[in-house]
Amino acid sequence: MTQKILIIGASSAIAEATARLYASLGCELFLVARNSEKLEVIAGDLRFRGAVAVNTFSMDANELDKLQEMTTAAWEQLGTVDVALLAYGTLPQQERCESSYEYAVAEFRTNAESVLACLTVLSNRFEQQGSGGLAVIGSVAGDRGRASNYLYGAAKASVDTFVSGLRARLHSVGVNVLIVKPGFVDTPMTAGLDLPGPLVVTADRVAEDILRAISRRKNVLYTPWFWRYIMLIIKHIPLVIFRKMKF
Amino acid sequence: MRGPLLSWGRYPNIPQLAHSVQWPEELAPARDKIFSETGEGALAFGMGRSYGDSCLAQSDQVIAMSGMGRMLAADWTRGVVKAQAGMTLDDLLRLALPAGWFLPVTPGTRFVTLGGAVANDVHGKNHHVRGTFGCHVRRFELVRSDEGLVECSPQQRPELFAATIGGLGMTGIVQSVEVQLQRVSSSLIDQRCIRFGNLDEFFAISAEHDSQHEYAVSWIDCLAVGDKLGRGHYIAADHASEGGLELAANAKLSVPFDPPVSLVNSLTLKPFNSLYYHRQRVKEVCSRTSYAPFFYPLDSVQHWNRIYGRKGFQQYQCVVPHQDGRNLIRAIIDQIAHSGTGSFLAVLKQFGDVESPGLLSFPMPGITLALDFPHSDKNSSLFQRLDALVHEAGGRLYPAKDAHMSAAHFQQAYPAWQEVEARRDPQLLSRFWKRVTQ
Repeated sequence: MTQKILIIGASSAIAEATARLYASLGCELFLVARNSEKLEVIAGDLRFRGAVAVNTFSMDANELDKLQEMTTAAWEQLGTVDVALLAYGTLPQQERCESSYEYAVAEFRTNAESVLACLTVLSNRFEQQGSGGLAVIGSVAGDRGRASNYLYGAAKASVDTFVSGLRARLHSVGVNVLIVKPGFVDTPMTAGLDLPGPLVVTADRVAEDILRAISRRKNVLYTPWFWRYIMLIIKHIPLVIFRKMKF
Repeated sequence: MRGPLLSWGRYPNIPQLAHSVQWPEELAPARDKIFSETGEGALAFGMGRSYGDSCLAQSDQVIAMSGMGRMLAADWTRGVVKAQAGMTLDDLLRLALPAGWFLPVTPGTRFVTLGGAVANDVHGKNHHVRGTFGCHVRRFELVRSDEGLVECSPQQRPELFAATIGGLGMTGIVQSVEVQLQRVSSSLIDQRCIRFGNLDEFFAISAEHDSQHEYAVSWIDCLAVGDKLGRGHYIAADHASEGGLELAANAKLSVPFDPPVSLVNSLTLKPFNSLYYHRQRVKEVCSRTSYAPFFYPLDSVQHWNRIYGRKGFQQYQCVVPHQDGRNLIRAIIDQIAHSGTGSFLAVLKQFGDVESPGLLSFPMPGITLALDFPHSDKNSSLFQRLDALVHEAGGRLYPAKDAHMSAAHFQQAYPAWQEVEARRDPQLLSRFWKRVTQ
């Protein structure tokens, strides 16, 4: 049977790489992103890559009043949604977050509030449907607030906590909820950052991990795998030391 | 993988800072940023498979194109596809082969981008039949700092079309490419492998068989001397007429790190070459194989360039005209054999006379020889002797493989360089182009 995939934030590098893998498996896709021209190019490419059908819906993540319209369109098009992936986000500049609370709040809205709103709408659909899986891109940054990006970390942590509760709520109806925690990924979002080369992976690699985790109905995915252990160490650094660290 | 980018031979070892682009509208801003911040030329960078400094920017900051790999249009009844320039030939094959289409011309690795294939006007084992990659390019879009987006084809802006094919990325950033594929009825290859004992036998076999087959190439043992000089294996091949359209799996093997010294050295070279020559006991073997091991034997090992160690390596690829070519190739191999260095295997092939539309295309009717050398300061005197032979004969070297040719030799061998320089985008410049023209 054709798998039906809904991707929100479809023009992000990780989302596009994941969509290509689903396309090559002959899935049907419904893509949501802000820029309709880019959406059309991505949709065209995915059709050539084997997707049986690709439909698109253009909205900004913060246009919350469009959420109902979008989900209705997606379910009407796809019938049943086997997988919904939430993959949008920004990487706020921490320094600007410190000097401007307006900027900080706007970034928090995009990376946390809008995700919670979207998950709320989607979760009701999934609850009615009683099947399928939700996957949300979080971040290793959400595991512990660090001096260098704690606004981003706080947004991702709030998504993580929300998802944890949502997972417990949907478990009984057979809907799986996965949080994906990528480490350093070579994407436009991280362009220009001075990241440690050997720890950086491609979006294609992350996409393969996401597909596998979704099909195995995992709850938490660290990608690549070693981030689970890096974060385990970081989470256990004693506070008296951690508060002196600026990383 | 992020991190500073290098050329494939990792010599010269000049790391490039990458500016990744995902969409066409990001190309001009990335180029402007590099040019305004450094005051030096930028360059589009694909998969970094050029060996020397032709993929290194004068500013050491490049526009990384791999995020622009989307298919834009495909007509599977005619075999015409249009894709963004960052799409790799590997990716294109994955989409085209199940529909019964193959690359019209393919180099020895499928991990190059369409933009790179145009910029270097790459050739393959079927040059004697189909010419270069540029012969099959129908049109492309070019982003220039002075004109913006320009569409080029043999009819539309023909001068820019010709200057860009083989133009080493100097005439603008290639944004998308439309190419005519060739129809195949199978992903398998029927090959015929004939062992030859010396160079004269090679020329006799090549004369007899080349014209009857789509593909022809030879591997030679560049260390054999005397009456065994130029011994090797000749392989002629064609697409099989049946056998399904299966895709090859990607590499599972990898060279995970740089060995401290080159693993290709005087201790390993001779036994390997000798074993390779003798692996086929009978004179002629016919077999059927997948396209991947035939076209892309080295693609099966990721990062194979690391076997040459941290100092990297240089490839020497030249072409010499047919006239007196036999003696020249003999003299060149003789020089290499006596130098005791070189690579596991050298590639020998006769180019045909299909003309490329490109002004700076490397192939010409004649014989081409290609082999790798671990980088060493000792290479330069050998290369000087080889260069002298090649240039006296009216031959030339391949810019995509080069890290050493002199400006005088380049300008003599590629007289059209001034036409390309006249059409160069003033905000683009590679280290190679600077070295051989300025």
